Amino acid sequence: MPRIFFEKQSYTCQDNESVLDCLTGHGLPIPSSCRSGICQTCLMRAVEGAVPLAAQQGLKETLRVQNYFLACVCKPTNDLKVALPDEEAGARTKVTVLAKEVLGGNIIRLRLGCTLPLDYHPGQFVQLHRDDGLIRSYSIASLPQREEPLELHIRHLPDGRMSGWIHDILKTGDTLEISGPAGQGFYLPGQPDQGLLLIGTGSGLAPLWGIARDALAQGHTGPIHLYHGSRDVSGLYLINELRELAEQYPNLNYTPCLSGPDVPKGFAAGRAEQMAFSHLPKLTGWRVFLCGHPAMVAATKKKAFLTGASMKDIYADPFVIAADSIKPAA
Amino acid sequence: MSTSLFEKLGGNAAVDAAVDIFYRKVLSDDRINSFFEGVDMDKQAAKQKAFLTMAFGGPHNYTGKDMRAAHAPLVARGLNDSHFDAVAENLQATLKELNVPSELIGEVMAIAGSTRNDVLCR
Ligand SMILES: Cc1cc2nc3c(=O)[nH]c(=O)nc-3n(C[C@H](O)[C@H](O)[C@H](O)COP(=O)(O)OP(=O)(O)OC[C@H]3O[C@@H](n4cnc5c(N)ncnc54)[C@H](O)[C@@H]3O)c2cc1C
Ligand code: HEM
Ligand code: FES
Repeated sequence: MPRIFFEKQSYTCQDNESVLDCLTGHGLPIPSSCRSGICQTCLMRAVEGAVPLAAQQGLKETLRVQNYFLACVCKPTNDLKVALPDEEAGARTKVTVLAKEVLGGNIIRLRLGCTLPLDYHPGQFVQLHRDDGLIRSYSIASLPQREEPLELHIRHLPDGRMSGWIHDILKTGDTLEISGPAGQGFYLPGQPDQGLLLIGTGSGLAPLWGIARDALAQGHTGPIHLYHGSRDVSGLYLINELRELAEQYPNLNYTPCLSGPDVPKGFAAGRAEQMAFSHLPKLTGWRVFLCGHPAMVAATKKKAFLTGASMKDIYADPFVIAADSIKPAA
Repeated sequence: MSTSLFEKLGGNAAVDAAVDIFYRKVLSDDRINSFFEGVDMDKQAAKQKAFLTMAFGGPHNYTGKDMRAAHAPLVARGLNDSHFDAVAENLQATLKELNVPSELIGEVMAIAGSTRNDVLCR
């Protein structure tokens, strides 16, 4: 069985055990959140030994070449000497809450001021660190080129620890720490006439609001279709802002979708992804961004691929719940 | 030295071009898509790439034993010759769609065919 060398000690990694489980199983405080290879909180670096390819999925090229990997999905087949990320890759930045406002039913917009300029693309995500070590990922809605403060949309989940704390306790003027950014779901210039399909549920609008405005700001001329879904009107937000943006840019199509029984005028009746596929039955050549509910994201990803979108053109950010919230940490 | 089949087909770039088409065919094929359900798509696509690289005569580290291990759970779920033929058919259709010359298609199909007993764990 492979051995893991970490901070001058060695640990035996059991069959099918991840580096994260091995180290945390020995009581070491390795940060983690989703435990499924998505949030990049458990980023580590292999100082010696090769990591399986799967453990580097979704990492930036610059991190890959430095042998960074995700400990929660790294099941080593050989001995590894590992370290926590260097200052630069895992660095935390202090941010100050500049504004906190209610956007819709249960969604809060946080505007954060960074002491150091943060290099990011709208649609990526950051990790928010609470003093007691709780870490959660949130997607970025702001545009850096407009010098907007870092903007996050946080949906209050029932009994959610971080989201509840943000809603009830965090206030303007407080400071927090963030790390990141991470994630590949953002607008890349170079194909200004490509069709863009953006589908999000709930606070999954945050990255899409960033990506759509980023594409427009960078002169995207192809059609941009944004579908935002929720059960009822209270779950949608930025409705007027998006309608105005669609007035201003004829290539932007905005469809607010309601899956519940109550559908007022001006809203589409049905789930966001169903509406999208009924309007756009063939996605050959399109770039697709999917954010929000993990089941929606997984099913829509498959459907988008089957209707013609290329795998490399589909960006999916499932807002997976942190693993320790689903089952108590072993 | 003569050019290898993998080089003639266009190497890694050819595999990349074929993955999307092949994987879409497999997922759309009701005879076999149940075997591919519930698996993460990105991981699955990476395995399709491994499959195609192998069939294209490219560099890989899979032994017959690995092939058996990878497919044994599927054989337990009923994988048989008819499914193997369906995968081969999708592979052939993919190559045709990419306008690969027929003698090269023949070589690819021969490599794929040579794995039949391992894939079906016989
Ligand atoms: C890449 C990424 C980007 C994200 N971006 C955003 C964003 O922009 N905006 C946003 O609001 N969120 C986003 N999220 C989700 C966010 O990171 C948190 O998961 C979310 O805010 C909940 O954290 P919490 O601490 O409030 O809740 P937790 O304390 O983690 O609890 C989560 C919820 O799970 C419930 N729960 C517990 N067990 C189960 C179970 N077995 N099955 C189902 N539910 C259960 C709890 O009641 C609670 O409602 C993102 C996630 C990822 C991975
Ligand atoms: C034509 C001969 C075939 C070859 C050369 C082949 C090759 C491969 C390879 C290289 C892998 C990756 C193994 C790994 O890295 O884990 C794989 C996995 C897989 N193959 Fe095949 N395969 C063949 C036929 C089939 C058939 C007929 C089916 C089912 C209809 C099938 C279904 C699968 C599935 C579902 C996986 C993924 C298993 C997992 O997720 O662990 N294959 N195959
Ligand atoms: S990526 Fe490993 S904990 Fe989220």
